[in-house]
Amino acid sequence: MPSIQNPPKIKTMGNLDIQNLKVSFHTREGIVHAVDGVDLSIKPGEIIGLVGESGSGKSVTCNSILQLLPTPPARIEAGKIEWSGKDLLRQHDEKIRGIRGKEISMIFQDPMSCLNPYLSVLDQVAEPLVIHGMASPKDARKQACEMLARVGVQRVVDHPHAYPHEFSGGMRQRAMIAMALVTQPSLLLADEPTTALDVTVQAKVLNILKELCTDLGVSVLFVSHDLGLVAELADRVVVMYRGKVVEQNDTRSIFSNPQHSYVKALIACRPTLESNPVRLPTVDDFMNPKTGKGQALKKLESPSLNLDSQETLLEVQDLVVEFPTEDGPVRAVDGASLIIRKGSTHGLVGESGSGKTTLGRSILQLTKANSGKILYQGNTISLENIQDRTRFRKSMQIIFQDPYASLNPRLTVEQALLEPMKVHGLGKSRKDRIDRVVKLLEEVGLGEEYLHRYPHEFSGGQRQRICVARALTTEPEFIVCDECVSAMDVSVQAQVLNLLRSLQTSRNLTYLFISHDLGVVKFMSDEISVMQNGKIVENGLAEDLYRNPKSSYTHKLIDSIPLANRSSDFRL
Amino acid sequence: MSVEKSSSLGRDAWLRLRANRMAMISLFILIGITTVSFIGPLISPYAYDQQNLDRVFEGPGKDHIFGTDNLGRDLFARTTYGGRISLAVGLLATLVSLVIGVSYGMFSGYTGGRVDAWMMRAVDVLYALPFTIFVILLMVMFGRNFLLLFLAIGAVEWLTMARITRAQTMNLKRSEFVEAARALGYSHGRILFRHILPNLIGPIIIYATLTVPAVMLLEAVLSFLGLGVQAPMSSWGSLIKEGAEKMDAAPWLLFFPGMFFCLSLFALNFLGDGLRDALDPKSSKD
Repeated sequence: MPSIQNPPKIKTMGNLDIQNLKVSFHTREGIVHAVDGVDLSIKPGEIIGLVGESGSGKSVTCNSILQLLPTPPARIEAGKIEWSGKDLLRQHDEKIRGIRGKEISMIFQDPMSCLNPYLSVLDQVAEPLVIHGMASPKDARKQACEMLARVGVQRVVDHPHAYPHEFSGGMRQRAMIAMALVTQPSLLLADEPTTALDVTVQAKVLNILKELCTDLGVSVLFVSHDLGLVAELADRVVVMYRGKVVEQNDTRSIFSNPQHSYVKALIACRPTLESNPVRLPTVDDFMNPKTGKGQALKKLESPSLNLDSQETLLEVQDLVVEFPTEDGPVRAVDGASLIIRKGSTHGLVGESGSGKTTLGRSILQLTKANSGKILYQGNTISLENIQDRTRFRKSMQIIFQDPYASLNPRLTVEQALLEPMKVHGLGKSRKDRIDRVVKLLEEVGLGEEYLHRYPHEFSGGQRQRICVARALTTEPEFIVCDECVSAMDVSVQAQVLNLLRSLQTSRNLTYLFISHDLGVVKFMSDEISVMQNGKIVENGLAEDLYRNPKSSYTHKLIDSIPLANRSSDFRL
Repeated sequence: MSVEKSSSLGRDAWLRLRANRMAMISLFILIGITTVSFIGPLISPYAYDQQNLDRVFEGPGKDHIFGTDNLGRDLFARTTYGGRISLAVGLLATLVSLVIGVSYGMFSGYTGGRVDAWMMRAVDVLYALPFTIFVILLMVMFGRNFLLLFLAIGAVEWLTMARITRAQTMNLKRSEFVEAARALGYSHGRILFRHILPNLIGPIIIYATLTVPAVMLLEAVLSFLGLGVQAPMSSWGSLIKEGAEKMDAAPWLLFFPGMFFCLSLFALNFLGDGLRDALDPKSSKD
C-alpha cells in the first residue's frame, strides 16, 4: 500500500464536547423533542459508537455538530457544542464551512446517492483539498489517488476518469471514506455508514474504516442502530433512547454489565446465531419487568421439528427466472431447487442480487418463471382457470418488507381486511366478517379501536402486524415472508418475529422466510437454503448449517457477522 | 386520536374540505358565478343580442351596469350569457377528457407490454395532428354544432390526461399493495377500480383544474377562427378578445368578462387543491 506523503500531523485539537444539547422539530402536528439534553464528549483519537433505534435522536445529534439540520423545522433549543474552544452552534455559515470537511468530515448512509454521478470519483475525492486551499488541483488529485488506493479503490488509480456508476455500493462507500479522510480531519462523523451494504461488504468496509482512522489518529463518532456492529470498532458506546442518553460506558462494560434496562433489552432482543430460544425477549419485558416474561423463557431451547416425518408441502425444481435487459437476459434465479415441509419454516438467506426475492415471488406466481417446476402438494400450479387461481391464492400469502408500501393508503384497516374475505366468499354476513377481522386484529396484538384508521396512522411495527393479519384473512397454509423485518428496529423486529412464531404454532403455518440476516433466519427456520448469484449453494438443517457450513460462501457469511451478534453471551 | 365511528372516505373528505377556508370561499365564488350566469340573462332587461346603436360604448352606469359594446349591446347580459357557454364548455369538455383519458391511460398502463406501446403510439399520432385541422375536419364532417365543440376540445385534451394516468398507473402497478392484492387473489377489475383508481385522484384533480381554463381559452381561439361561438352569441373567451382590441377606448369591455374569467379560474384552482388534500386520507384529520 502506498503511504501518504506528508506524515500524520500532530493533532492540536480534536476535543469535541457536547453539553446539554436540545433540538426540537416544529411541525404542523406539533413540537417533537428529538434531542432532549444530550451530553457527549469525544477525546482525540477515540472511536465512539452512538447507538439507538429510529427516532432516538442519534442522527439529529450527529447532524447538529456541523449545523446540517434543516432549520426550520429543526430548532436548537439549548446547549453547546465545543470544538477547539469554539461553540459550533454559534458559528457563522462561513466559519462552519471552513470546518466542514477540513477539521470535521462526515460519511453518510447511502453510498449510491452520495456521489455526484456527473463528476469522476477522483475529482470528487480531491475536491475537499482544493476547496479548503490545502493543495493545488494537481497535488490534490495525487493525494486523492493515494487515499483511494489506501481504502482499496484500486480502480481509480488505473482509471482516473472512472465515474461513480462504474463502482459497486461497497466501493462507493470506500470512496466516500477516502473523500472524508483525504483532508486528514481530526474528527469523522459516520452516520450509519454500512447499513445499506451487504454483510460481507460491511465487514470489509468496517475494517478499512477502523484501520485508517487508527493510523491517521482520527477520532470517530460512529452512529448506528446495531449495537453488535458498534462493538466491533468502538472504544466507548453511548446509547440513546427517546432523545436522551441512557447509558455510556466503554464497550466491554456495556456488554458485560449493562445498567439501564433498555440497553439490556437491546442486547437481548436480537436473535443470535448461538442461542435457540422459542421466543425473543422484547424491550417491554425489560422496561416493565412485572409483565415481562422474556428472561424466564430466554434459556429455553425450542423443540426441533422432526422434519423427516413431515410431508412435503411445496417443491421447487430447477427454477429459472430471467429478466430481459438491454444487454440480453439476466438470470435472477438460475436452476434453484428446494423442498419445503409442512408446518416448518424454510429460511432463504442471501445478499442483495442473489435472487432470493425473485424466487419467493415466482413461487407465488407473481413473477413468471422461464422454466422449472413448482409443485404444491404434489400438483403443478396453474392459474389458467379462475377456480384454481382463487384456491391457490387463498392458500398462499406473502408479507413484504415495507408494510407501508404494501397497504393501500386509501383503505382503512377494516376495509383492507374485509376485502379478501369478500373476494373469497368467507364469512356468512358482513357482521360475521367484521367479527373475524376483530379476532384477527386481536390475534396479531392490535385492538378493535384500530378498525377505522388508515395505514399512515400506525407505526412501522403495527403496520406489519396489519399486513400479517391481512395475509391471514384467507386462512392460508403457506406464507412467504420477504425480508419482512429487515426495515425494523431490533426491538420491533423481536415482537414481529415472536408473533410469526406463535402464529405458526397456533395455525400450523408453513413459512418461506427470506432475509439477508442470517441471525434472524436462523432464529426462525428449521431448514436453511443459502443463495448466491441465483443458485442455491447450500441447503441444510439450520443448526447443522451454522455449526459446519460446507460451502465457502456460507463460511464467509457467518464470518462477516459481528461477533456480538453471533452469541448473546458475548464478551470482549 | 380517539376511537371514532365508521365514516366513509366521502364524509371524511367533506369534513376536511369544510375546514379548508380557501377551498370553501372558492366553492362559494364558483356557485355564485354559476348562479349569476344562469339567472343573469333572465333578469336582465336587455337580451344578449339586442342592439341599440344610439348608446354604443357607454361606460358602466345606471341602465347598463357593465356598460355597452360597439353595437350598444348590454355587457352584463352578454357576460352572464357567455358565462353559461364558457362554464358549460369548460366543465363538460374537461369531463369528456377525464373519462376518455383516465380509462384509456389506466387500461394502457395496467396492461403494459405491446398493447401499451401501440396505445401510446396512437396517442402520439393524435398529438401530432394539428388541433385546428382536427377541429375543422370534425366540423366539415358533422357540421357546426355546439355539442361538437365539447367533443372536439375533449378529444384533444384527453391525450395529456391519458399520459399522466398511464405513468401513474404503471408506478402503482408495481407498488407492493397492488402486488399484495394480486397475491390475495383479487380480480383485475377490483385492483383497477378499488386499488389503483383512488390513488390516482390527486394527479387527476390537479390536471383537471388546469384543463378547465385551458379549455376555456381554446374555445376562445376556436371562436376567433370562426369555428366556435359566433356573434351575436358570446362566451368569456370571445368577449375578452373583443375587449382586448378596444382596451383603450372602452376598458370595461375587457374588465368585466376578464374578472369573471379570472375569478372562476382562481376559484377552480383553490378548490382543486382543497379537493386533492381532502381526498387524501394522509392529510391530518381535524
